Amino acid sequence: MERYFNKDIETASRETMQALQNERLAATVKRVYDNVEYYRNKMDDLGLTPDDIKTTDDLKKLPFLSKDDLRDAYPFGLLATDMKNCVRIQSTSGTTGRRVVAFYTQNDIDLWDECCARALTAAGADANDVVQVSYGYGLFTGGMGLNGGSHKVGCLTLPMSSGNTDRQIQFMTDLGATVLCCTPSYASYLGECVEEKGVKDQLKLKAGIFGAEAWTEEMRRDIEKKLGLKAFDIYGLTEISGPGVAFECSEQTGMHINEDHFIAEIINPETGEVLPEGEKGELVFTSISKEAFPLLRYRTRDICVLSRKKCSCGRTLIKMAKPMGRSDDMLIVKGVNVFPSQIEMVLLNKGLTSNYQIVVDRVGSSDKLEVLVEMTPEIFSDTVNAISEKEQEIIEALKSVLGIYAKVRIVEPKSIVRSEGKAVRVIDKRHLY
Amino acid sequence: MAIKQLSIFVENKAGKIVEVTELLAKNNIDLRALSIADTQDYGILRTIVDDTEKAKSVLEENGSVYKVTEVIGVEIPDVPGGMSKVMRILSDNGVNIEYVYAFISRSKEFAYVVMRVRDNEKAEKILTDNGINLVDENEISDI
Repeated sequence: MERYFNKDIETASRETMQALQNERLAATVKRVYDNVEYYRNKMDDLGLTPDDIKTTDDLKKLPFLSKDDLRDAYPFGLLATDMKNCVRIQSTSGTTGRRVVAFYTQNDIDLWDECCARALTAAGADANDVVQVSYGYGLFTGGMGLNGGSHKVGCLTLPMSSGNTDRQIQFMTDLGATVLCCTPSYASYLGECVEEKGVKDQLKLKAGIFGAEAWTEEMRRDIEKKLGLKAFDIYGLTEISGPGVAFECSEQTGMHINEDHFIAEIINPETGEVLPEGEKGELVFTSISKEAFPLLRYRTRDICVLSRKKCSCGRTLIKMAKPMGRSDDMLIVKGVNVFPSQIEMVLLNKGLTSNYQIVVDRVGSSDKLEVLVEMTPEIFSDTVNAISEKEQEIIEALKSVLGIYAKVRIVEPKSIVRSEGKAVRVIDKRHLY
Repeated sequence: MAIKQLSIFVENKAGKIVEVTELLAKNNIDLRALSIADTQDYGILRTIVDDTEKAKSVLEENGSVYKVTEVIGVEIPDVPGGMSKVMRILSDNGVNIEYVYAFISRSKEFAYVVMRVRDNEKAEKILTDNGINLVDENEISDI
């Protein structure tokens, strides 16, 4: 029996949801027009007034908001309420430039917590469960979001944060954690450590909620096998609230977007044109319930597809396919777009581990792509020929997926640094930026 | 008759071989024979040790990637042409050698050759039929 945290919303008819979205969108646009100079100027420039935005169809009249716009508005430029109403900030890691700071009122936190509670419930959690939150806590939204969601569902929450892997595994076994929340790369690492310690039979895990970085179906199966659980994807971004913007259900075929709070559009990233359902493009979000930091038409740079196909879980919320990776993760090598997730898929299919590193360098005026992978017993042989053959197979498979040659370098097991948060997959030595 | 050889993956980086040999030494494992195949990126350290089972568990615990392969060992007189004779026999009988390494004994007048071929039984039969002495694991351990 499928369980829902908020059945009325999660299974609402299209008409009900549309009406709710229209009402919340109009109210949000009016509020930001009145309270935020940035939006008012942009709308005035286009000759728009809040009255022009009555339904979600009117959304396309509004300009897009980019990550650069957010950085320019740092720190208070997009705040839509009095600071005295705000109770918390969260922030992006800032590794790709200036930080983005998002503000929350207590209501904003409550709605975010509910989004995460829906995700946990869809993964099968209820008040009997023990939820181990091994996302980082603090400015990063992962830990705080799932922590709040777990409280809302009434689960016993283990606020582990990331790191200290021995302690993670000890708490996991001693306290009988049933749900694990962390990044997929850390889940994979925990799985390796569990295997090494030979404690898999002491685990009670049944579900895992893994997000905050791109991962593949192959990696999902690998984690499921190593930890003996069902792995659910979760999607979110600090700018929109955090994890729980979208979450996966038992069907594992995409993530339901919490449409009562976030309106999703898919656009052509080149032209900005809105694309019909089912076409691949850049995901754009408008948050329609947030008080402190509502964003209109925020370009996520994630490339994916939306679908309203009927879902076996009974939810009517629109689904987004797993993004191929943020366009921030995308590399352009020799003029070809390369997503780390494509490389990961090939490696796992060839019996390698999900721990790998991509090194891009420029020699003269030519890009060189190198993939570091760890030796496994499956690939190893006592003759160089046999290893070279396997190596060649990997090179061929990469070439057919990427369209370009990548050198494969086999390194010692466990020599690629394990990550406790977001994995460092790419080392770009070209200094193009 | 086959001899168990350990093949261990080592990265082609300074200090990597000594890491493995020290690990085995620390655990009192004696190396009887050793050879290394190398490429630009990595090497395969092949060795015959006095206690294969113990070496396996040590490597396992260390997280090394290794493989146990059965190879054949032959005893040849330590004189010019001794090695050649064996190679000629195998070549004439269509046995291809994947790799080979040799070592001499301190106490005896013999050299020992370790070979990896596709079909151990076939090669062993051809060698014995031609009067070549095969050595087994115990003999290698006693050298």
